[in-house]
Amino acid sequence: MQLFSNGQMWRSHELKPSYDVAIVGAGVHGLATAYYLGRLFGIRKIALLDKGYLGYGASGRNTAILRSNYRTPEGVRFYNAALKLYEGLSAELEWNLMFSQCGHLTLGHTDTAVAGLRVRAETNQLLGVDSRIIGPDEIQKLVPHIDCSSAPRYPIMAALYHPPGGIIRHDAVVWGLARACDRMGIEIHTRTEVTGFRVSGRKVESVITNRGEVAADTVVNATAGWASTICKMAGVSMPIVSHPLQACVTEPLKPFLNAVIVSASLHVYVNQTGRGELVIGSEIDPYQSYSMKGTLPTLEQMASSALELFPQLHHIRVLRQWAGICDMTPDFAPIIGRCEELDNFQVDVGWGTYGFKAAPAAGRYLAEAIATGKTPDIIAPFAPDRFRRRQLVGEKAAAAVSH
Amino acid sequence: MSFRIPCPQCGERSAYEFRFGGEVLTRPQAGADDDAWYHYSFVRRNEMGIQTEWWYHRFGCRQWLQAVRDTRANRVIRAYFPDGKEQTDLGTGES
Ligand SMILES: Cc1cc2nc3c(=O)[nH]c(=O)nc-3n(C[C@H](O)[C@H](O)[C@H](O)COP(=O)(O)OP(=O)(O)OC[C@H]3O[C@@H](n4cnc5c(N)ncnc54)[C@H](O)[C@@H]3O)c2cc1C
Ligand SMILES: [Zn+2]
Repeated sequence: MQLFSNGQMWRSHELKPSYDVAIVGAGVHGLATAYYLGRLFGIRKIALLDKGYLGYGASGRNTAILRSNYRTPEGVRFYNAALKLYEGLSAELEWNLMFSQCGHLTLGHTDTAVAGLRVRAETNQLLGVDSRIIGPDEIQKLVPHIDCSSAPRYPIMAALYHPPGGIIRHDAVVWGLARACDRMGIEIHTRTEVTGFRVSGRKVESVITNRGEVAADTVVNATAGWASTICKMAGVSMPIVSHPLQACVTEPLKPFLNAVIVSASLHVYVNQTGRGELVIGSEIDPYQSYSMKGTLPTLEQMASSALELFPQLHHIRVLRQWAGICDMTPDFAPIIGRCEELDNFQVDVGWGTYGFKAAPAAGRYLAEAIATGKTPDIIAPFAPDRFRRRQLVGEKAAAAVSH
Repeated sequence: MSFRIPCPQCGERSAYEFRFGGEVLTRPQAGADDDAWYHYSFVRRNEMGIQTEWWYHRFGCRQWLQAVRDTRANRVIRAYFPDGKEQTDLGTGES
């Protein structure tokens, strides 16, 4: 028996002259869309086109938190569908995604924050999502090392506790989906930069890349932080701004933290990986940028906020700090579906700081929309034209720092 | 290189002294159609390259200025007050 296979996870190919579907961006969203198109709808003549390597974008840079305790009914329903798909994905892909449903706590340090968490708990429960408010005693039991005393500047008053939330191995998700796509004959083209589209009337005829031009019946933009650049090439306008989001990881420690801790008031979140490292994330940089460089002020902010929660970590060293680009929308909800301006140009963008957890549902239902030509109800609220209709999906309170 | 902005009043400072005010937009005239308001309210150029933006020097002279910046490297090419006047040397003692 061979313990480790020499087989490649995915192969490289020459570009063909045409495909049924060309997907720009081979992050978790592009991959999930291709995967469900192939698996559920038998559409396999697909090219995934990515200018970088697999995981170059936010899919290889996120903090891998999954949860479904959002604020709006539209959001809760959608993210819960994604969580359910993730629960079955390791088995389906025959690939261990190391999904640990260790529980997720969103801390409230002020009356206003706690009121917001209560609204979420009620909405979550109505929609069958395990989510409730707990007080400092229960928080202390779940997280023995967190500082629940009155010593911090903003003492912890309560938390929104979401037991099915947790962390997954993000690289494994990307690689597992890539392998599954490859096995279905879907082509993954890395180092393939899209530089333009040939548009005729209301149709994108072909995609122009640094490796040549390919025709496609349907084109999908799944480039997250770079979504505006691709839309501009197709002549489509987007209500998106790109901001960097930073995170860091400490040296490994013995396991002591078995839950994801988020504090919107402190602009920080913390979890401990299976390797023992603490992953600490921040809020977005306060300006638009495409630069993926970390900054010292953000590192200081992450460290000082983490110490408010866990003062005993003061001597722990940071190993790495990094940034990814996030595509922020006005209502902190994604933009999924066909663009009004063109008949065969679909977007799966606006994933901001929270899109990793959404990928299976976004991919599954966008695949259905592409295959059937009908928009499934679950993604209809996120249609690109909702801003024109002034029908926004206010998710800010549950998505801004919470991931 | 760290991200610095040359304030026309105070000189070159860390970007963290400033508050980002978004892309410079042209407000539609009263009575403009819905499409114009949709673009003004929601759509952004979000340039991967050079764009003109508002910045407020909150830990300095507390004035709004405009900067031309390359968003790929956070390099500010030019910063000036919106009325176009060069105000590098006001010397009014008021800031
Ligand atoms: C630090 C950080 C922490 C985060 N934490 C979480 C979290 O805990 N939970 C969560 O759910 N979400 C989180 N997110 C958000 C999440 O990572 C993203 O929303 C998600 O990964 C987006 O996936 P994607 O496939 O749409 O985009 P990406 O993974 O960014 O992929 C886009 C791809 O498009 C490619 N591309 C760009 N331009 C071109 C071009 N011209 N031609 C061809 N290809 C191009 C890029 O190379 C890239 O690979 C976090 C993000 C960051 C940065
Ligand atoms: Zn100044």
